Amino acid sequence: MEKSLTQVALFAALIAILGLIPKIDLISGVPITAQSLGVMLCGTVLGARKGALAVGLFLGLVAAGLPLLSGGRGGLGVFASPTVGYLIGFPIAAFVAGWVMQIWRGPVGLAAFAGAVLGGIVVLNLCGILGMSVMLGKTLPEAALLAAPFFIGDSLKAVLAALATQSIARMRPDALLSRG
Amino acid sequence: MMLTLTYPSQIWAHHVPAGAKLAVLALATMGLFALKSPLDLALAALAALALISSGGRAFARAALRPLWVLWPFVAVVGLWHLWLRDPMGGAIILRMITAVALANFVTMTTRLSDMIAVMTWLMRPFAKLMPPQRAALAIALTIRFIPVMGGRAEELAQAWRARSPARPRWRIMPALALSALDDAARVAEALRARGGVDGQPPQGGLDAG
Repeated sequence: MEKSLTQVALFAALIAILGLIPKIDLISGVPITAQSLGVMLCGTVLGARKGALAVGLFLGLVAAGLPLLSGGRGGLGVFASPTVGYLIGFPIAAFVAGWVMQIWRGPVGLAAFAGAVLGGIVVLNLCGILGMSVMLGKTLPEAALLAAPFFIGDSLKAVLAALATQSIARMRPDALLSRG
Repeated sequence: MMLTLTYPSQIWAHHVPAGAKLAVLALATMGLFALKSPLDLALAALAALALISSGGRAFARAALRPLWVLWPFVAVVGLWHLWLRDPMGGAIILRMITAVALANFVTMTTRLSDMIAVMTWLMRPFAKLMPPQRAALAIALTIRFIPVMGGRAEELAQAWRARSPARPRWRIMPALALSALDDAARVAEALRARGGVDGQPPQGGLDAG
């Protein structure tokens, strides 16, 4: 019990840190925000339930008024902005990423990549596009056009999430709770 | 580093109870989505501007600055509807800016602890799934560990720079994630030794949980 709670709390802190530090250049020269990468990692490392709880805790702190979203954003305003769908999609994305890791016992890197793509790209963008469509009064295809430029960065993040998950599994095989 | 978005000096709205502000905000946001005509929404935007200005010039400036993040949406929606010659574009833009501005106003005038108290109260129907004292403990742990893990990320980046001319990249992330898991194990043991999350003495071995 205690361990589940502390894991959830510390991974919520991890997502915050990944959003606060722009200094970590994930790929040389391309300063992409690592925050949604943290969301994918929550799922692939902690598993579906705890991963989603960690992301939910993080969002609760953002809503309460801590500027923890990348770029120092936070507060209730971000939940009224057109990108609210992505925020609502964060915990669902982590859940799906963890769920894929749990049901598909294939090679860690491959399963993590599949989880990150399905959760962190497909599900997250579906939520984000739905949100923009509602908030901006646009049809779904129009909103999808707005999201399209970010797919390249998203694919990069899915690869990185898979690499990071795989290297965690190599360094400490028992650390991957999604496979526990 | 852990600054909140609450405005440091108090204006009148700081003294309004957090629950009341949140209830009004929820109603106002629903109202904004019910309004359709650009004229009505322009009036709503003016009212929001008056509300923000009531906090004084410095407050108003601090409240309006974060709205700049919306400019890409203003640009895209504006151009799109200009091209369609559709005045609804103005309505969409005004609604978006007003909704965000009102929400920011509540965040700026409410202390973090008050906001968390209201959220905990709102979570009461889910108390079976997520007992309030556990949620409170998790919130406190996260807030405490954000600076700790920020420091650790910086140390890992320095260790990287000491060994490589290249900038630190994604390889820091697995190390950071593992350190979070290690911290979680240590804090969990410390919690169990002090009576556990629900104030119960440990039952069985220390590694049972």
